[in-house]
Amino acid sequence: MINYQAIRVIYKYEMLRAWNTLLQTIASPVISTSLYFVVFGAAIGSRIEQIEGVPYGVFIVPGLVMLSLLTQSIANASFGIFFPKFTGTIYEVMSAPISFFEIVVGYVGAAATKSLVLGVIILITANLFVDLNIAHPFVMALFLVLTCVSFALFGFIIGLWATNFEKLQLIPMLVITPLVFLGGSFYSVSMLPPAWQTITLFNPVLYLISGFRWSFFEVADVSVGVSLAMICMFLLACLALVWWMFKTGYRLKQ
Amino acid sequence: MKNIVHIEALSKTYDSGHQALSRVDLDIHQGEILALLGPNGAGKTTLISIICGIVSASTGTVSVAGHDNVRDYRKTRDLIGLVPQELTLGAFDTVWNTVNFSRGLFGKPPDTAYLEQLLKDLSLWDKRDSELRELSGGMKRRVLIAKALSHEPRVLFLDEPTAGVDVELRQDMWKMVRKLNDSGVTIILTTHYIEEAEEIADRVGIISQGKLLLVEDKQNLMQKLGKKQLLIELREMVEAIPAALAEYNLEISRDGGHLVYTYDTQSERTGITSLLQDLNDNGMSLKDLKSSQSSLEEIFVNLVSTK
Repeated sequence: MINYQAIRVIYKYEMLRAWNTLLQTIASPVISTSLYFVVFGAAIGSRIEQIEGVPYGVFIVPGLVMLSLLTQSIANASFGIFFPKFTGTIYEVMSAPISFFEIVVGYVGAAATKSLVLGVIILITANLFVDLNIAHPFVMALFLVLTCVSFALFGFIIGLWATNFEKLQLIPMLVITPLVFLGGSFYSVSMLPPAWQTITLFNPVLYLISGFRWSFFEVADVSVGVSLAMICMFLLACLALVWWMFKTGYRLKQ
Repeated sequence: MKNIVHIEALSKTYDSGHQALSRVDLDIHQGEILALLGPNGAGKTTLISIICGIVSASTGTVSVAGHDNVRDYRKTRDLIGLVPQELTLGAFDTVWNTVNFSRGLFGKPPDTAYLEQLLKDLSLWDKRDSELRELSGGMKRRVLIAKALSHEPRVLFLDEPTAGVDVELRQDMWKMVRKLNDSGVTIILTTHYIEEAEEIADRVGIISQGKLLLVEDKQNLMQKLGKKQLLIELREMVEAIPAALAEYNLEISRDGGHLVYTYDTQSERTGITSLLQDLNDNGMSLKDLKSSQSSLEEIFVNLVSTK
């Protein structure tokens, strides 16, 4: 038996939260994406040649989408579970006839949905600046969904782990943002010196961006199969971690 | 009497090493109002939190309506509503949304009519579109109660429901508690005010330093409360009580200089006049008389301080 009502209300509650901060939810990514296009696409991009046959302004679109998707998925999901913990309202979820699985589906599902919508908005915004052609729409959609879900799950873990606001920001700021910038969001790995190319291969975000970029231009730093495998592995790792956290009542139950 | 909650050998030691509960056994009767009385930090909230599933027990078991609260947590939690001690509420949700949220969390399909009546009963209907942060402390308390009742529980836990609550709301709350109780809801409330336990409860449990010291019918406790003792100091020591005074059930002090007479202040005749007469007739002359009453407060303080 699954408590569908509970999943429904948690999902709805989290979506409503985004709706109430609509300006922040939608306007800020649209504005920042536009800024990236102005700076990287128009100002700097005009001096950069095409990368592997793709104009620079177009080339950075998948990286830009991933940048927002990763940070927003994490921010949404981590805040969604951290805040009730912080205010104490989590007592209600804890005392309700609801399983950990249902809690995760509710919170992570809502966070993933929000970043998915965000990704689509950014793609539409990008389309206003450059001429975008998507070679493999289904693969792109698959990458989009998998990324949203995995990183929302990752954010949920951070939200459970964090005991204060500083910790909540720590991993997104110190780990995720550098990894995204160094993972080939705005360049092709082949442009780096050989030593750095090897180092970059240890950056998991590279596989995400590479695979996602392939679905647009059929241009990739690593093969798309490897990319898919990597994101699935990350998803499974997060699932295992969440399962363990709930099994032990980590940071929730004394 | 049927038990709705059965607690066996429940202990809890927190990670910090603090032992909050120590082998608590308790049966809560179906349909009763039970008051758990105890000073701050006695373990009342821990006990409730374990029953509700917020804190896990170190050892021991809890069953609700025959279901284990860990193994069959869906069945037990379904039956339970909890009003926490702190005013823990979101800030930006409206009253209406938050009670609907609570109902859904407990797996119940939306029921506008029920929730409307609930809010009306708690004088919250006019505030249904207000954001929670705009409400006064008393109103927030009402919202917490509405949330706890949103899924129509059979057992309601009220953790210090009158902390920071004015007289009017307190009266309202007791009215509501009685009404709920009349409809068959079992109610457990914690408090550190003895008068509250006296006012509302059927049974009173006294808890201190993690131990449940006693659970008794309020009537019994009140009887103890209604008893007075007369301490009679004698001029000359006696070794035994004369047979003629047997009907008074006198106790004799160890040194033989005092007699203790226990009587019920609420009965028609206390028997004091005839006792004094009989003492005189038996040649015992009195030096002094002192009467004292043991209050629930005293019983409580005695229990709590001696352990």
